[in-house]
Amino acid sequence: MSKILILAQHDNTTINQGTSKAVTAAQLIENTQIDLIVFSDDTSTIATEACKLAGVTTVHAVTTNKGDWKLAHGIAAKIAEIFKDYSHVFAPSTTFGKDVMPCVAALLGQNQISDIMEVIDATTFKRPIYAGNAVITVKSNHKHIVATIRTASFKTGDMQSGSATVIEHTIDNPQTDTRFVSLQSGNSERPDLQTAAKVVSAGRGIGSEENFEIVYQLADKLGAATGASRAAVDAGYCPNEMQVGQTGKIIAPDLYLCFGISGAIQHLTGIKDAGTIVAINKDGDAPIFEVADIGLVGDLFKIIPELMEKI
Amino acid sequence: MKILVAIKRVVDFNVRVQVKPDGSGVATDGVKMSINPFDEIAIEEALRIKEAGNADEVVVVTIGTTSAQQQLRTALAMGADRAILVEANDELQSLKAASSLLHIVKTEQPGLVIMGKQAIDDDNNQTPQMLATLWQRPQATFVSKLELKDGKALATREIDAGLETIEVALPAVISTDLRLNEPRFVKLPDIMKAKRKQLDVIAIEDTVAGFNDTALAIENYEPPQARSKGIMVESVDELVAQLKEKGLI
Repeated sequence: MSKILILAQHDNTTINQGTSKAVTAAQLIENTQIDLIVFSDDTSTIATEACKLAGVTTVHAVTTNKGDWKLAHGIAAKIAEIFKDYSHVFAPSTTFGKDVMPCVAALLGQNQISDIMEVIDATTFKRPIYAGNAVITVKSNHKHIVATIRTASFKTGDMQSGSATVIEHTIDNPQTDTRFVSLQSGNSERPDLQTAAKVVSAGRGIGSEENFEIVYQLADKLGAATGASRAAVDAGYCPNEMQVGQTGKIIAPDLYLCFGISGAIQHLTGIKDAGTIVAINKDGDAPIFEVADIGLVGDLFKIIPELMEKI
Repeated sequence: MKILVAIKRVVDFNVRVQVKPDGSGVATDGVKMSINPFDEIAIEEALRIKEAGNADEVVVVTIGTTSAQQQLRTALAMGADRAILVEANDELQSLKAASSLLHIVKTEQPGLVIMGKQAIDDDNNQTPQMLATLWQRPQATFVSKLELKDGKALATREIDAGLETIEVALPAVISTDLRLNEPRFVKLPDIMKAKRKQLDVIAIEDTVAGFNDTALAIENYEPPQARSKGIMVESVDELVAQLKEKGLI
């Protein structure tokens, strides 16, 4: 039997859907017990939320010193300690999971399996390399498996009807070498880019930060999240957390509607699991049209207003 | 203060790699090789820190075959002071790479280690975090802005929620994100000069004594599943009709 521990990601109020996707991936392994571990400086709310994830038996709720629940090393040490009874530890492959899990792997003397996109069996997994240009099948011959889960590859499960029990833990020593200072968040009212069903995005073709406004307007009309290519972020047209691609966010919305994105391979790897990709670009030869389900060649500054009118 | 920059020789980011028909790997013969783009940013950042008077030496290290000397020479031409090649003929997985780098760190005693957040070949995103853990020093990953002051680094990190700033005590490991800086171009006279800079070679075996290898087995390589070819529409009306038909709007 496999005992799988999953590092929960949260904002102290709600559990991030990536956590549920990691549970979904864990459930694909036969004969498992799945437990969560959640870190917070006040676990009262978030431990209750964690217990609602269906399929979870136990929630390890770890109380840290103020602010320390976001810092990798303290978390990693506690996971490595609790992990002794487990066969696998998973985390969503978000910036949080990517920061923490290699530390856990190093403490356990293991290599991590990064970005699992398919579960073959308890020790065999598929993952992308070369920006998704190749897929490898990786097998671990070791007692413990440390892995991050590519959230775009797995569905969000039931996050309401679970009834796990809580075990309380504490980390007594505060982090002395690392201190959280601040978080500057775009904090948009729009849906979360990583989990939204619809995403509207733009690339360098949008031309300026001011012009991005029409993309936001269209997104609001569709109830969509907003994204961008690296070129648009580098040019300062929009905040970094909107970047989609190999080094940004990997997403799988039902609808991905993109304007003025040429379709560099590094961007395409971030959207290839999308349900329907719609590309609008004035260059009919842009590589984005090779992966688009629906393509339209034209000027986005004419097409966006017309779309706003007709939907 | 000394800064150690760890780099990796990878297939150039403009190359679209192909999986070999027998599934044994990707075809890299005759393909253009470069410094991993994130590592180039790491070199640039180290040079800027030195130029600002906050460091006195930039040492660049890589683990790889003798061909990786090319990338070290490029780093020296950018302005690094000396280079170390840890010679290894086989591909290393992250933990072994981090263990080998730990040996170099202990020998060199840098005040700061800077490296790319991930190599664009295996896309693992593990080695910096592992090195920090093995070294028992703080880490700041995915950094887009770095300020050094009073033995501490104020690092702004690109995270999913936005920009997070943390303060870490030095020495520490920094992993770079794309927007930290734009690396300089190498000038021809600097390439000539770089040929005379010190480049030491040591064997991987001498850096990982007692390392218990727990490498993962790679059983197969395959090309990704292609998306089926889509359609082109001629007008917004047609587009809207298609989206309605699919129930997407």
